Amino acid sequence: MNKLLVYLKKYKIETVMGPLFKLLEATFELIVPLVVAAIIDKGIATGNKPYIMQMALILVLLGGVGFTCSVIAQYFAAKASAYFAMEVKKDLFANIQSLSYEQIDRLGTNTLITRMTSDMNQVQQAINLSLRLLLRSPFVVFGAMVMAFSIDFNQAMIFLVTIIVLSIVVFGIMLWGIPRYKEVQSRLDSVMGLTRENLSGVRVIRAFGREQDEIADFKEKNEKLTVLQEFVGRVSALMNPLTYVILNFAIIVLLYSGSHKVFAGVLTTGAVVALYNYMSQILVELVKLANLIITITRAVACGNRIQTMLEEKNSMAEGTVDAAALPDNDNIISFENVSVRYKGDSEDSLENVTFSVAKGESIGIIGGTGSGKTTLVNLIPRFYDATNGTVKFKGTDVKDLTSSSLREVIGVVPQKAVLFKGTIRDNLKWGNKDATDEQLWEAIRISQSTDVVKSKKGELDAEIAQGGRNLSGGQKQRLTIARALVKRPQVIILDDSSSALDNMTDRNLREAIGDIDYKPVMVVVSQRASSVRNCDKIIVLDDGKVVGMGNHDLLMKSCDAYIEIYESQYGTGKNSAVTVSPSADSNNRKTKTAIELLREAAKNA
Amino acid sequence: MRELKRVLRYASAYKILIFCSISLAVISALLMLYAPILAGNVIDCIIAKGNVDFENITKILIRLGIVIIITASCQWFMYGVNNRITFRVVRDVRNDAFEKLQILPFEYHDSHPQGEVVSKVISDVDQFADGLLMGFTQLFTGVVTILGTLVFMLYLNWQIAIVVYVLTPLSLLIARFIAKKSYTLFKDQSVARADQTALIDEMIGNLKVVKAFSHEDENQELFNEINERLSKTSLKATFFSSLTNPGTRFVNNIVYACVALTGAFVCLDGRMSVGELTIFLSYATQFAKPFNEISGVVTELQNALACAKRVFDLIDEKPQIPDKENAMVLGEVNGDVSIKDVDFSYDKEKELIKDLNLEVAKGQRVAIVGPTGSGKTTIINLLMRFYDVDKGSIKVEEKDIRELKRSDLRSSYGMVLQETWLRKGTIKENITMGRDGFTDEMVIEAAKKSHAHSFIKKLPNGYDTVIGEDGGSLSQGQKQLLCITRIMLSVPPMLILDEATSSIDTRTEMRIQRAFAKMMENRTSFIVAHRLSTIREADRILVMNEGRIIEQGNHESLLAAGGFYAKLYQSQFE
Repeated sequence: MNKLLVYLKKYKIETVMGPLFKLLEATFELIVPLVVAAIIDKGIATGNKPYIMQMALILVLLGGVGFTCSVIAQYFAAKASAYFAMEVKKDLFANIQSLSYEQIDRLGTNTLITRMTSDMNQVQQAINLSLRLLLRSPFVVFGAMVMAFSIDFNQAMIFLVTIIVLSIVVFGIMLWGIPRYKEVQSRLDSVMGLTRENLSGVRVIRAFGREQDEIADFKEKNEKLTVLQEFVGRVSALMNPLTYVILNFAIIVLLYSGSHKVFAGVLTTGAVVALYNYMSQILVELVKLANLIITITRAVACGNRIQTMLEEKNSMAEGTVDAAALPDNDNIISFENVSVRYKGDSEDSLENVTFSVAKGESIGIIGGTGSGKTTLVNLIPRFYDATNGTVKFKGTDVKDLTSSSLREVIGVVPQKAVLFKGTIRDNLKWGNKDATDEQLWEAIRISQSTDVVKSKKGELDAEIAQGGRNLSGGQKQRLTIARALVKRPQVIILDDSSSALDNMTDRNLREAIGDIDYKPVMVVVSQRASSVRNCDKIIVLDDGKVVGMGNHDLLMKSCDAYIEIYESQYGTGKNSAVTVSPSADSNNRKTKTAIELLREAAKNA
Repeated sequence: MRELKRVLRYASAYKILIFCSISLAVISALLMLYAPILAGNVIDCIIAKGNVDFENITKILIRLGIVIIITASCQWFMYGVNNRITFRVVRDVRNDAFEKLQILPFEYHDSHPQGEVVSKVISDVDQFADGLLMGFTQLFTGVVTILGTLVFMLYLNWQIAIVVYVLTPLSLLIARFIAKKSYTLFKDQSVARADQTALIDEMIGNLKVVKAFSHEDENQELFNEINERLSKTSLKATFFSSLTNPGTRFVNNIVYACVALTGAFVCLDGRMSVGELTIFLSYATQFAKPFNEISGVVTELQNALACAKRVFDLIDEKPQIPDKENAMVLGEVNGDVSIKDVDFSYDKEKELIKDLNLEVAKGQRVAIVGPTGSGKTTIINLLMRFYDVDKGSIKVEEKDIRELKRSDLRSSYGMVLQETWLRKGTIKENITMGRDGFTDEMVIEAAKKSHAHSFIKKLPNGYDTVIGEDGGSLSQGQKQLLCITRIMLSVPPMLILDEATSSIDTRTEMRIQRAFAKMMENRTSFIVAHRLSTIREADRILVMNEGRIIEQGNHESLLAAGGFYAKLYQSQFE
């Protein structure tokens, strides 16, 4: 938290002036009982009407000046906190953007978003309140005590004791309560979780006939919640009555001893009234202070979380070599005995992978769910580092390259097609912000999305909604491919990114990329044998291990896993009426699912 | 008001507690007003040097002590009682709501978004309990305090009482005015904040894409622009709204000064003592509080009533038709299912299934094919009696399923749906689903059959790994494997597989299909599938389109018939 507070430095004036004016206001408030004492002792006792009028006017003035001071203070506090939040958020956003993939996975995007939004709001609010109250409340409490000391030493001792006892009670109950309220919240969460599960799983729960068990489970959790709520509530409810008793007994002592002092002539009646009034001021401020402290502790927790996020530095050491300036090399990409194990896993996700790709070659990667396909391609643009072995781009270890230059020359089309709010042009220019319209259209042509863009009103200027909601899955996929092509990358990675495309378009796309004049390396990741079968080299992955490598014909002879995948999609020929013919065209059609065919048939019928 | 009555009916289970709460509230409110009077009386006994009525002071102070202790105990008991009433009413309402969820028909579940129902059961219940019960006691105490002060002040001195009564509401007006103004400012702030959140959501949520395109700098620029806009609106809104306290405090200070002035003059006339003046001064400082509280309570009450209505609407929803008292026992199930002359539609205006007839004999494998929305899942809904047929009947073992207990019927089916459902808990718990009598070995055996074992053993704690709500970090395919394992653990006499392997890669799917095939031996099964190889092996194929079975037969007979299915099948080889 303390490192966050440094951000207040830029707003020094506001940070200092806010509390200062608040103190001024409090000072004026502290004078009020003295003025009332004067009215009683001088005004009423001597019947001096003009004096009383004068004093009343002073009371109004004190109120007015106090009001002005606090308006100024509120302004400074609001300003300091708002701009503080702005500065922190700016740095936080920048820092989050600099994190590595490994860190993004570990921290989770939801956490990152929470830090930036709700945690930040809590901190901003706490800073604002602290600037206003953190000094004011103790000041009033101790100010009242000091004023009491100025009136009479012995009487002031009563204040001292009262303040100590009150503080113990107020803070004690609050400190006791905080962890218990957290527990209440977590029990409420479990009640809520159960409700949500029962709604989403209503079919399964009824299919298994579990309704009564669920009700019993709910009642048990609900009862647990209620019991704790009642218990915590009962103890917390002690605060008001207890403080009331303490304060009023202090007043009793004050009045009793005060009466003796007045009798002895040490104190005036007005002074006793003033002391009585100070006592009442203390409680209000103590309760405010205690509430503030709760807000602050909560905010400190948020602040610490934000601070750790600010201190989270990119875990990958940056290289220095510019990837774009590397001379051509026989092997554009080479993997040398590469293994990857994600943090917390007990087994490697990728084991001892070795291969290389020459300029203009295409490479296919195929395997089941979780076989390590994406893990493998993510190493090429250095989204992750290999745990063992080396990944090289044009003969240079990717760790020696600057990550921005490496990512400039590698176009990635991720599994999930993500587009952003803005026009189609805005989105495509992510690839290269200086791209001309001709270059954009060229990328659109290669990605088979000319029809998509032409069909939208405004073409390149057509708006894409957040998350690309106004586009179909296939349209989004093609535009994300176009976006990667705008880079004119030396390596283009298609990570299962044609799953929503029909086979014809998928093939045309691969052919169009193959025809690009400067011959980029194409890496195709897929579960579909049809997508990779024409690649120069196919890597078959199973459970993180390479179980086959070579072209289609070779693998069909030698790799059981590949044959199994192929047959699961093309049929074995044993049961089917037609034997598989190896022509690419007919194969493409055969891999259509029955649903796709039905849909077409339904349309024609 | 109906809602209020309803809440009171729930609360009436705690009648004695409510009566206690009200009496305690009256006693403590009045005694709290009495304390300053006693203090004032003491001050009146302290007149000047050498002139102090010690005898009286002691007497009054003892009385003050007793009053304080009674007040505090009353207060504490009142809080305790209020808490108890509130929390227990909340508990009772929630239990009722949850029990209702279990017997609501699927029409309700399928037409109401989950989040909406959750917020009814959780936050709406909390809100109305807070608003109605806590608010009610606050309102009550507030009114008693205001009336009490009025009586006490009028009794002491009516002129000053009028001063207090005329000026204090001013602070309410100021608070209202500020609230109105800051409302618009807060709206500006929330617009800017929403923009920022949207950007954060979009860019941080897709951070990997951002980084793949080195788009960080452009984002930062955009972010800074929104960030600055937000901080400006935030400054305005925070500043303006934070004027409420100084504003009302200012009014209170004016009231205080006026009371001091008029009070002092009245004292000079000898119509009031100094002690009574201090009573007035302490009333003047405390007086604004109940006013402010009441105005807050009124808005809260309206909100609370709206929440209560939503919760009670849920509790009052019409439940599904209950099982017959003398429901037939299904007994041993061989797997004869017959659907006769069935009509059904979700929206009674729009016809869906019409004249559906189907006889399935023990051990038959029935495949259902058809485009999206053709009614495949509807048949499953009817078989499981998630919905009741509109016309006709469905019989299992010659018994109309409406004559059976739902649980009896449903337990004879093993069902795997395309949509996976997992709950927070261990992998093992998710597989056994609370069914008793399964050893770890049996669970592992089932997981091996469904090919889930290989990924489960890689998890940090294997079968004891706790997964979050809805499967947490598991992939869709892994979730589907777990749901299949559930059925593999103990296979009921009939099976329903609704696109059960849609998220699993083809190779694993092929292996699971083998396990399924073994499972389906001698069991009647209904399969919704999209791969023709699965469909081809079925004994019966139902081809559905627009809610109707347009063709049925086996693969060969359908091909021979040369209809829709044949066209579909041939099209893949053209």
